[in-house]
Amino acid sequence: MSEPLLQAVNLECERDDRVLFRDLSFSILPGTLIRVEGPNGSGKTTLLRILAGLNDSYSGDLLWRGKNRHGYREEFLRNMLYLGHRPGIKPLLTPMENLRALMDGRRSLPDRILWQALEGTGLGGFQTVPCRNLSAGQQRRVALARLLIADEPLWILDEVFTAIDIQGVGALERLLVERVENGGAIVVTTHHDLQLPSMQRLTLGGGDGYDY
Amino acid sequence: MWQIFHKLGSPKWFFGIASKLMPWLLWVGLSLLAAGIVWGLGFAPKDYLQGNSYRIIFIHVPAALLAQSVYMMMAVAGLVTLVWRMKLADVFVRAVAPVGAILTFLALFTGAVWGKPTWGTWWIWDARLTSMLILLFLYFGVMALGAAISDEKSSARAVAVLVLVGVVNIPIIKYSVEWWNTLHQPATFKLTEKPSMPAEMWVPLLLSVLGLYLIFGWLACLRMQTEILVREGRTRWVKELVQARGN
Amino acid sequence: MTTEFTVGLRAPEASVGTATAMKAVFVRDLKTAFRQPQDLLNPLLFFVMVVTLFPLGVSPEVSFLQQAGSGILWVAALLSVLLSLDHLYRHDFDDGTLEQLVLQPQPLFLLVLAKSLAHWVLTGLPLVLLAPVLGVMVHLEGNSVAVLCLTLLIGTPVLSLIGSIGAALTLGLRSAGVLLSLLIIPLYIPVLIFGTGTVMAASEGASVEGQLALMGAFLVLALTLAPFASAAALRISLSNS
Repeated sequence: MSEPLLQAVNLECERDDRVLFRDLSFSILPGTLIRVEGPNGSGKTTLLRILAGLNDSYSGDLLWRGKNRHGYREEFLRNMLYLGHRPGIKPLLTPMENLRALMDGRRSLPDRILWQALEGTGLGGFQTVPCRNLSAGQQRRVALARLLIADEPLWILDEVFTAIDIQGVGALERLLVERVENGGAIVVTTHHDLQLPSMQRLTLGGGDGYDY
Repeated sequence: MWQIFHKLGSPKWFFGIASKLMPWLLWVGLSLLAAGIVWGLGFAPKDYLQGNSYRIIFIHVPAALLAQSVYMMMAVAGLVTLVWRMKLADVFVRAVAPVGAILTFLALFTGAVWGKPTWGTWWIWDARLTSMLILLFLYFGVMALGAAISDEKSSARAVAVLVLVGVVNIPIIKYSVEWWNTLHQPATFKLTEKPSMPAEMWVPLLLSVLGLYLIFGWLACLRMQTEILVREGRTRWVKELVQARGN
Repeated sequence: MTTEFTVGLRAPEASVGTATAMKAVFVRDLKTAFRQPQDLLNPLLFFVMVVTLFPLGVSPEVSFLQQAGSGILWVAALLSVLLSLDHLYRHDFDDGTLEQLVLQPQPLFLLVLAKSLAHWVLTGLPLVLLAPVLGVMVHLEGNSVAVLCLTLLIGTPVLSLIGSIGAALTLGLRSAGVLLSLLIIPLYIPVLIFGTGTVMAASEGASVEGQLALMGAFLVLALTLAPFASAAALRISLSNS
């Protein structure tokens, strides 16, 4: 299982006449956690969106399991989970309905599993309350519930600790560690001081990237 | 093949070629247009039905034809933008969209001026004029969308999608406007479709059409060069070029 | 937070089919809309009010209304759909569900098609159902009302499908609403022409099967092409955000 899941080759991205990064090459291997670091505006979110396939204004290549990703869109998307700044939660729907809607495009799971996943993120008793009545942290936890039932080998998580309280942060850190130990690959950005064993760092800023 | 394509897409290469082509386009185009218009306005015979007022076709028809072809050219360039991400194709679209809009306006204006002696009113909801008006709306849409998106690449691709959607719609719009026209005012005589136009009329017309196309080519090159200088302002070749010209 | 439910790391083989995913998108849009019923009502009220303006602003005479009625109703319906388009992707864009939609493994144009159909069910269909009442108020005669409803039934899905392209292109832009109208109104003209023209022909006693078939052809064309353009436009807009 040492074949890289996703490989970036000479990525370059320019935004509003400014080079965010250039000649950026790295591999995302199973069983690794990569933290993308850099000051505000250094292109962390942009890089994550490029990796997830949301942003395609870049040059360079992205290889999915060694093959150019363009021809394998469906396979790639089936194996990748992305959580962005905006959690993908509809305020008018309940946590159950939201989670159901997010999972419906991917896997069919019985209600019982979704219910338990929401309990697992500390939303027990809130499963059928419209999300607009929940706090920002609770809304993010709805999105995080996906992580408990996800089987995609690659996770791309942008600012995943935002609005989560201390206990939540601890539990989420444990989840990420356990995930990596089981062979998952995770790419994260966070302002939270994340210290996990065997965490790799990818530092952006200054217009040049570091090789892995 | 790929190499040639890549080279064609290079703004620097285009800049050089355009500089060489432009004087030819301008002078040949101007002479043809001048010949066509002088012949058409001064020497072509009077129309047996409309007298001298028909002579506006020597401006109206070339403008209308070119206005429509410019949109088609933009659609081709849009396709190139989407498929090959060629920067130059988008530069073309941006450079010629306002030119197309002005030509469309010119065609509408000359149509209105022509309408006054022919129909006794400045504006008639005639099928051709109405189609041209909608074409003008399409041009405005392209320009408005392009101006609204600040990111260059996204803007290029969004405009390309819009131009392609527009070009699929143009034949549908034309057809429906013609149908609508027959529904509301059956059997009006059509202005530009004379069953047989004598050679003394269509030769000067052809000359002015050709002339206007060439002048359009010159204007497109000029505007594309300007756009390239603005976009590539940070590159070394542009800086060198500006310095060389400045001295 | 526990991890006891984590299902291994294999690639999901029991993947969800496209039809299921489309249905899920459709159902979610309807559910969300019905939680905010006022938003559903607004385009309908707008429709009624715009129609009311014509007798007040031009003339309440029966002969005028009879002649102009189909046009008035069609223009009002068109504007009403146009106003509702801004919502089509805006909320999804703001709350992040649009990102998740684009990242679903199913072909995006089919998911977009499901969204456009949901939009039609929520805005176009109610307009069609309301049209007979307004048809009577502008003195359209029996047969004309039926033909009018039929043209709206075929025409309003086209409005939703084409409008979806404009909504996707202007997503996330300032003053997107006005821009959206500028882009889309010229593309709506053929539908408007055939919509009103068909009713007019019917009121003169002519046969309208040909026109209706042609409108059906517009619908088929919009169904096959518009979702592709919308999907491409969505990717571009998201790429920029």
